[in-house]
Amino acid sequence: MNLIVRNGLVYDPLNSIDGERMDIAISGGKIVEKVPEGSAEVIDASGMVVMPGGVDIHSHIAGSEVNTGRLLRPEDHVNDVEFKTAVTRSGVGYSVPSTFTTGYRYSRMGYTTVITPAMPPLEARHTHEELNDTPMIDKACFPLLGDWWFVLEHLRDGELKECASHVAWMLRATKGYAIKIVNPGGPEMWGFGRNVKSIYDQIPPFNITPRDIVRGLCKVNRILNLPHTIHVHTNNLGKPGNYSTTIDTLRCVRNLARDDRPVIHITHCQFSAFTGSDWMNMGSGADRIAKYINHHTHATIDMGQVVFADTTTMTADGPFQYGLYGLTGNKWVNHDVETETGAGIVPFRYRRTSYVHAMQWSIGLELALLIEDPWKVYLTTDHPNAAPFTTYPRIIAWLMSREAREKMIRRINRKARRKSLLRSIDREYGLYDVAIATRAGQVKALGLKQKGHLGVGADADVAIYRLDPRETDLSKNPELVRKAFEEAAYTIKDGVVVVKDGKVVKPVSGRTYWMDVETTSDFKATSELKQKFKDYWTVEYENYPIPEDYLLRSQRVMTKAGI
Amino acid sequence: MITLTPRYSFKVPVDAECISPDTFDGKRLEDIAKLSLWEGNRRRTLGELFTVESEPDINMESMRIRVVGDLKKVKRIGATMSCGEIVVEGSVGMNLGAEMKWGRIVVNGDADSWAGSAMRGGEIIVKGSAGDYLGAPYRGSTQGMSGGTIIVEKDAGNEVGCFMANGLIRIRGNVGQFAGIHMKGGIILVEGDIGERAGAEMTGGRVVVLGRVPSILPSFVVDEIRSSVRVGEERVQGPFYLFKGDVTEGWNGSLLVSVNSNPHLKFYKSLIV
Repeated sequence: MNLIVRNGLVYDPLNSIDGERMDIAISGGKIVEKVPEGSAEVIDASGMVVMPGGVDIHSHIAGSEVNTGRLLRPEDHVNDVEFKTAVTRSGVGYSVPSTFTTGYRYSRMGYTTVITPAMPPLEARHTHEELNDTPMIDKACFPLLGDWWFVLEHLRDGELKECASHVAWMLRATKGYAIKIVNPGGPEMWGFGRNVKSIYDQIPPFNITPRDIVRGLCKVNRILNLPHTIHVHTNNLGKPGNYSTTIDTLRCVRNLARDDRPVIHITHCQFSAFTGSDWMNMGSGADRIAKYINHHTHATIDMGQVVFADTTTMTADGPFQYGLYGLTGNKWVNHDVETETGAGIVPFRYRRTSYVHAMQWSIGLELALLIEDPWKVYLTTDHPNAAPFTTYPRIIAWLMSREAREKMIRRINRKARRKSLLRSIDREYGLYDVAIATRAGQVKALGLKQKGHLGVGADADVAIYRLDPRETDLSKNPELVRKAFEEAAYTIKDGVVVVKDGKVVKPVSGRTYWMDVETTSDFKATSELKQKFKDYWTVEYENYPIPEDYLLRSQRVMTKAGI
Repeated sequence: MITLTPRYSFKVPVDAECISPDTFDGKRLEDIAKLSLWEGNRRRTLGELFTVESEPDINMESMRIRVVGDLKKVKRIGATMSCGEIVVEGSVGMNLGAEMKWGRIVVNGDADSWAGSAMRGGEIIVKGSAGDYLGAPYRGSTQGMSGGTIIVEKDAGNEVGCFMANGLIRIRGNVGQFAGIHMKGGIILVEGDIGERAGAEMTGGRVVVLGRVPSILPSFVVDEIRSSVRVGEERVQGPFYLFKGDVTEGWNGSLLVSVNSNPHLKFYKSLIV
């Protein structure tokens, strides 16, 4: 079917289009130069903003820990029930929504691609089953490899090539897209009830340090030519004074960068940007991290913005979650995934009146506003850790309007108000910057060539918002911005109108991207590896890989490795 | 006064949140009969399930509703109500008066589990027995009853006043296990006997027992003997052992147990310094 989006104000940063009035022609699910006038359905987008479909680089939408979170929180669902309609299925929210509801809600906000970033390899099958049931969006997942035994052993023995070959097999076996590292060494130590405190700590069973893991996997990433960098959740996350650990982590891979290309992505950086020595004198390290990022080209980050709401925290960082449980005294789940990794889940409420929570809110926005190059910092909430993804429109409004920030600053904890840097920042995002932070930048970091832009040949994922920057001053109308981004006027997925006026009109299923790395010699499982699977895993080596036909709509991404 | 009578005996649960003075107020009889509710997975109108009749009311100041008949399958009567009065002639299903803010519900029969769930104010009087989770919050939530009064003339089940933060629960009969579990404030007065593990994990509030207690949790520490205790307006005469606990959650909860009904606890007298 052919489609023309007429007279919209187009923001397409990857093609350097900044608010030009133009037509977008779509045919066969792709953007094309032009389509014959008569045969095409026309969408009149005059007075509206046209952007590529939204992309979320880090959002826990599927997997075993998300599902455990759903089980843990009946009270989270009871007040947020979605009824079945003629085209959509019923479901519940709020912070850990059902799979179908997740897809619908993203699509309503104009998002078309979402990455679930923490998949324990053993639970890959479960994760893909849930992703198959998440409609409307394209997906990918990152397997957790920072505490994967074989990786640690190879790195200990200095066998980089073997390690790379093993990671290539793992990506294929779990149908993963990139390398995720969570608190390198931490979950392994947590198996013995301990944690690592800096990137130089020894991990006794393997005799290596978190620094070795990050550097090793960063090199592996380059050998394999993966499109995304390593995706790192730093050590000491959520602890006062941890900004120095973050900068250490950034620094340790600096000499691995080539041609100004990023080699590391620090995710939900807000949680890794605290100063101070305890919760009383905890402060913002956003300026120091922003300064580092501004002066270097080898790193990208995403925000992990806190919004004051009742949410559910879940990470593969078991020791951190145990600490959170200690702070809140709330119910919690310690999810141990055999030898591979761990996870924890704690319900959490961010309060305006709490000094620490208010500071966290401020740190996220400070990061986004102090880092000068918008291509380096992306909008996320680490859904659902800092807030559910449905709060993105509010964050966009804060980024675009100093007035909206000022309004919230007046309501937060008084001590935090004094310490926050936000009042000294005048910068306001324009729609072009928003398009980078919510789509183009994320896609560039992910290396998905077909996504996040409206050039000829791209996938026809388009979001149209009822917003006219020429008629109204958006920085003075944050409410308008929020409403527009909450309910997209149209969302087009693969050339089909799936959302109209904030309502899902056509359910579609999305693709699942995964990496198939081509190596010169095939990965051969040694008898030692098979024996290890026999000894320590509940699933044997032969049953471990997931066949491609297990994925509802598999989309293989090929690269050629340097081995 | 508006009287509702079931047209037939219900086989599947009926979610009757609309039976509340707030929704009936200011509506004509025809409109009330058109209110929608769920019978199992079917959407129905109130008129299809109940006969709706109106009687002239002498006291027209507030809305009164009378529900007559077998209502064991009818859930959420009077949920979130904030005014008026509901009188139930017969036994009623789960979640009676859930999250109610004000007003009064009288049940001339039994109430099922989660009566007065997370209520914030008002009054519930059950002339028969109440089920489990009296005044407890929704599953998983930590926001329990935060105000109001529940009076049960006969017995109540397990986990009475779970996560209760304020208000008064008074039970004239016996109570099951875990009364006052996770309690944060307010008062539970049990005039009969109580089951095991009263006050487990409580961080505040009072549980007062006039009858027999099988045993006291090891995480409670005896403090003193009180001659009487205040419950709302009145003063209940003792003497009572005062236990503080739950010590695993701080020391701020109080468990008051009648000395005279519990001769087997006299060992604790020797621990009082």
